[in-house]
Formats: sequence, C-alpha cells, structure tokens
Amino acid sequence: MKILTGNDLKTGAVVWWTGYDWSIHVEDAVDVDGEADAIAAREEGARRVNGPYAIDAQREDNGGVRPAHIKDRIRALGPTVRPDLTLKPADPNAGNWVI
Amino acid sequence: MYKYDQYDQAMVDTRVAEFRDQTQRRLEGKLSEDQFKPLRLQNGLYLQLHAYMLRVAVPYGTLSSAQMHMLADIADKYDRGYGHFTTRQNIQYNWIKLEDAPDILADLATVEMHAIQTSGNCIRNISSDQFAGAAADEIADPRPYAELLRQWSSFHPEFLALPRKFKIAVIASQTDRAAMKLHDIGIRIVKNEAGELGAAFYVGGGMGRTPMIAPCIKEFVPLDQLITYSEACLRVYNRYGRRDNKYKARIKILVHELGKDEYTRQVEEEFAHLQTQGIEPPLAELERIKAHFADPAFEAAASDDLDLSDPGFALWVERNCVAHKQPGYIIANISLKPVGGIPGDASAEQIHLMADLAKAYSFDELRVTHAQNIVLPHVKKADLHALWQKLDAAGLGTANLDTVEDIIACPGLDYCSLANARSIPVAQKISQRFAETGKTETLGELKLKISGCINACGHHHAGHIGILGVDRKGVENYQLLLGGCEGDDTSLGQITGPGFDEDGIVGAVETATNVYLANRQDGERFLDTYRRIGMAPFKEALYG
Amino acid sequence: MVDVLRYRDDEPVADPAVTVDSFAEQSNAAAVRIEPGDDARDLLPHLEQLRLVEVNFPAFTDGRGYSAARILREAGYAGELRAVGDVLLDQLGHMRRCGFDAFAPDKPIEAADAEVAFNRWPEVYQATGDGRQPIWAKRHG
Repeated sequence: MKILTGNDLKTGAVVWWTGYDWSIHVEDAVDVDGEADAIAAREEGARRVNGPYAIDAQREDNGGVRPAHIKDRIRALGPTVRPDLTLKPADPNAGNWVI
Repeated sequence: MYKYDQYDQAMVDTRVAEFRDQTQRRLEGKLSEDQFKPLRLQNGLYLQLHAYMLRVAVPYGTLSSAQMHMLADIADKYDRGYGHFTTRQNIQYNWIKLEDAPDILADLATVEMHAIQTSGNCIRNISSDQFAGAAADEIADPRPYAELLRQWSSFHPEFLALPRKFKIAVIASQTDRAAMKLHDIGIRIVKNEAGELGAAFYVGGGMGRTPMIAPCIKEFVPLDQLITYSEACLRVYNRYGRRDNKYKARIKILVHELGKDEYTRQVEEEFAHLQTQGIEPPLAELERIKAHFADPAFEAAASDDLDLSDPGFALWVERNCVAHKQPGYIIANISLKPVGGIPGDASAEQIHLMADLAKAYSFDELRVTHAQNIVLPHVKKADLHALWQKLDAAGLGTANLDTVEDIIACPGLDYCSLANARSIPVAQKISQRFAETGKTETLGELKLKISGCINACGHHHAGHIGILGVDRKGVENYQLLLGGCEGDDTSLGQITGPGFDEDGIVGAVETATNVYLANRQDGERFLDTYRRIGMAPFKEALYG
Repeated sequence: MVDVLRYRDDEPVADPAVTVDSFAEQSNAAAVRIEPGDDARDLLPHLEQLRLVEVNFPAFTDGRGYSAARILREAGYAGELRAVGDVLLDQLGHMRRCGFDAFAPDKPIEAADAEVAFNRWPEVYQATGDGRQPIWAKRHG
C-alpha cells in the first residue's frame, strides 16, 4: 500500500493521512494509491501539513501499518534511543518493530 | 566574557521581531515553505524526523552560568527536558514547535543569545578552542578575533545566499583543538618575527562527501586587515563557488578546482581592491572586544597541590583535567559520554547543575567542545575535589576524556532527516563493550567518531577510528575507517573494506584495537601504531 | 509588466536592458542586464554611459547578484541598480544594503511592506558602501 505522511506545520509532529484527517498514529494511515499527489497538494495548500510525501507500506496481521523504510518506521515510533519519548513508552520491545 | 552593548542587543532583538513576523506570515500562508525554509534555517530551525529542531548558537563555545541556565529552562519549557551539544559547539533541541520558536528566540535574547546563522547557506556560528583563555600553550585568546568575525558575519548582506554553508574556526595556540584545517576557513593567530600578532588563513578544508584539508593561503594577515581579508575570501567564493551541484558547492571544491594558487591570486586581487573601501573596523574595536576577555581575578598564590589519595578522583584528574596557564588552576572537562549514554545529550537538571558549578568554581564560565563535552575552564585546584564529587553524584564525573568511550556521534537516524543509519546505538554499544572488557584505560587516547551519513557531522573522517553509517538496500550498514586525525597533523581516515552490520561494527572496532595492542611500541597511541604499520595488518584481522 | 519599486529621483531609463554579451558588441546602450554567471567587472570600463543596470535573480537563493551590485557601487557606478526576478520581501533590505535602489520583483511587493523591510534594522554591523554607519563606527565615532 501507499500511505501519505508529513509533519504538522505548526507543531512539527509526524502525521499520517487517515482518509479525512491527519493522525500521529501510523496505524491510522490509509492507502492513498493514485491520490497521493492531489491530497498532498490540497493539504499543503491548506497549511495543515508540511512537506507531505507518499511512501510504501505494508498492512500487518495485527492491523498495524508498517512503512517500508526504516526512516519512516523511526518517524512512526520515535527515537529508538529514547523509548520514554516514543509513542509507546510502556512497551519495552517497541524498538524491535523498527529494525 | 563578551557582554553585549546596546547595539548588539538591538541586533538580536530586531532578529526576534523579524523572525516572529516571518513565522506569522508562514502560518498565514503568505510565505511558501520554499520561501520560508532559508529564513527559518538562518534562525537554526530545521524540520527533522520527529519535529522541528532548533540549533542555538554558542559563539566560540563560551557560555556564562546565566546562559547555561537559560538553555536548561528552554529544554524544560519548550522541549522535552534535554538538549544535545553538537560538534559545532552549539546546542540543539529536538522537539520544537514552529509557533514557539519566536518565543524561544525572545527568551534567548534576554541572556544575549540567539540562533542566528546556525544553519543555512551563510557564514555559520564561529567555533574556537574550548580552552581559549585558559590553555597553557596559547599565544593569545582567540575569542576576541572570533567575536570580531561574529559581528562582521552576522546579517552580512552580501553573504546570506552563498553557494553552501560556510564554517569558520579561530585558534591561537600551538595545539589545534578545533579541527581548524577541516573548516571552510581556519584562522590561526600567529606571531611574526617582529613579535606582532596576525592571522594565518587556511581556506578550503571540510569533511562531508569530499573531505579536504585546508591549505594555508596566507601566512600573515595583519590584525587591522582581518575583516577585509575575510571579506575577500568570501566574495571570491560567493561569485565563483559552484551552484550547479549542491555536493560540489562548498569552498573546498572551488579551491581544489581552481588550485590553491589561483584562488589565492583572486583573493589577493579582491583584497587589494577592498582595502580601498573602508570596510575594516578600527583596531580600537578589537581592543574594546579584547577588554571583555581579560583574565578573571585569579588568586595569585593559589596552591598547586592536589590530594590524589582518592583513586576515583585521581583517575578523573588524570583523564579529564588539563594544565592551566595560571598556577594553582586547572581546566576541568565534564564528559557527556557516560558509558552507554547518548553522546552530547544533557538533561535540563544536569545543565542547571553545570551552570551552578561554573558559578561556584569557574568564574561563571563554561565551554562547549567540538567533542560534545563541557569544560569548566578556570577551576582552582583546591576546589577540584569538591567539584568532582558534585559532578560524580550527578552522573557527570565519567573519567573517559579522549578515550574510546569519548565518542563523537551525530544524532543519526534516530533524529535526523538526512541520516542513513543510526549513530547513537552504535556509540552506546561500543562504549559498553569497552567498559565491560576494561580495555578503555589500556587503550589510552583513541578518538572514535561516528556519522550517520556522508555529511559527516560526526567527523568520521577525522577519527583515529571512524564509522560511517550507510543505507544498504534499506538496512543500516557501517563502514570502518582508520587513521583520521584532526589538529596539527590532520589526516583523513581510510576505509578498511566492506561494511558491517550494527553488531559487526562493534566487533570490528574491538578487532582493530586488538591489532593495535598486539603491535604497539612504547608510548604509541592507536594512531601512531596505525601510521607506522599501515592498513594491512588491520585488514588482515578484519577480513582475513 | 512588473511593478518597479524605485528609490531614485531621476527619470527612469526607457531603453530595454541588453545582455552583457551584446553590450560588449554594441556598447552604446545605456541599460544592461547582468545574469548570475556574468562578471560585473566587465562593465567597469563603461560605467559613465550606463544609466540602468539590471541584476537578475532567477532564484532568490542564488546570491551572486549581491556581489555584482557591490562591485558596481564600489567602482563608483551611480546609475540605477535594479534587482529583477525572484526578488522577495525578506531579501529587500539586504539588497538595498548592497547598493540596489530599484526592484522589479516577479510577484509585486506592496510599497508599504517594502518600507517596513527597509526600516527593519536600526543598526548594521558592516560597512557596505550604502552610506549607513556601521556599529563599530558609532562605537568609536
């Protein structure tokens, strides 16, 4: 699947396109195949997102979404060296998902 | 330390107002991201992996306690309670909101700080010797010259859209502690035969994808021509530096392609012309700045005795302290490299503590080093044990300066949008490995530097052992380099061969150190042995 | 037709600006346009006859035109020096400091906004030949 990501213009937070809005959780991302450019242009024009770009990703068995490249997996989780600052601070194994 | 007058303060205050206006226009849609990006970068604001990142300038690495406290306050108020000290002697925050950035700059301006030109294609914050004003081997304090250049380069209208970034370092001692020859311009303050001070200009050094050691293009520029000569160097670069290829746009490529002699000829021609233009501040201005850097009120009869009966303290003194020019005083380095820690990171609490300790023990002064550590430059030996106890209790007493644990590492793929691989986990694993095997002390001085991409923010080319993270088909891979060195005998590391995975690179570093231990002769450091025996024995052990 | 912001009292030159190359061939023109790759010093022998020099900024990030402007002013050029192309509000003040006294931006800039930009910096650190007294001169005046 293709998913759309970028950073929130005001806060800089990593966000994922959910089909109608932006979410900080990658598992909310939806397939945007074919529509990525149009959505990106519209959302960037409305200043809801900064620097949106489409990436390859996979739907996981547990319903999660796994970006194809490690860089976007680190964006989705947070810095692997500071588990306390990631989106899953309580999960000691969250970092394994990135690798 | 330099103190702003009303003019300097007006400049930073104006900058805050300007950036507030620019940010507002960006949020209102009057500026596109393409238009805004160079403006925010020239205020140190990047968009990184997780958020905006703000890089705050620490001019020539010098800070007062009040400034250091402010850095901690910003970490708490606008970020997530920590900051990262960088290889350019600056500090950066990883979780900044665009809408907060003008307020942060306003807070910084209250303590004579800013983020001006800490990024972008302009003259960046000027770096210097972290022991300036304290080192036993300096012929002058380099910071007044750096401050003169700071003012000249700030908002210089001709040089705000250079082909690429431009980094200047200024030193004034025999030992080069600022990697001067790996800068776009390295300036060494020297004395001529008549005993007058002047500046030797080294131009066209740098790391990145094409590392180069700067050649000396002028051995002696009189101090009353320092700005004019710098302006000539920059003008030739601004006019003729390549703009067709971002990767060939640094001045090192221009100097290399023109040849040192031709570049120098063009600079001399421009210099002769600019000398007629009245752009040089009077020497009185340099004298005014110098007065700010007068020695603190050292105690004349301070004792040189140190009680080293406490072995932990003795080790720290041996490893982390350096001779001071003033009898009875010593330079104390605070390692931000605890075993298994994140190189260069410090919590707000630790930053506050270091600020307090600087006030109590170091005439209110701190320094940031390009090796991502902190220095208390002027500590009375009689106070040293008390200082160490307080540092140690806060996890800041690690005795590993310039050892294999004192690793320079860029933020890497954990934070940086340019990175190809993570740097920090590799640094953590290496320092843990050597701490566990107890080999750190045996190995002595060993500078290990890690970059997460070819841009070389982690100075991997200049490490006795360097590590470069690359992306191999979406998997992190690490190349090993040996034999790099900054300083007077600057050399560039050579790649050993095929890269390693994350665990493999830790083992490879250990293998390389074993080759050293098996081959070293009396008093040789890793680098010395490598230079004597060459790459072959290391290759054999790594790949044989 | 782009709106020109002009900060001179003399009459604008009506002639179209010629390229540096064609200026070299038919050097009776009073108006010339410098592209980023041109050497502004090629014009120095002809400054007497020039009344308008346009300096083109195809992209605002290409700063060669700033040096071109200063070189002309340092050589005594007193005619109109006009920045054209991707000329944006946030660069106007710096351009003015380098000697530009007219601006023909691709996208028009309000005169009032330009005025704010020119008045942004009450002080300056450098001497650039624009007549402003640098801070160091005030300190030691």
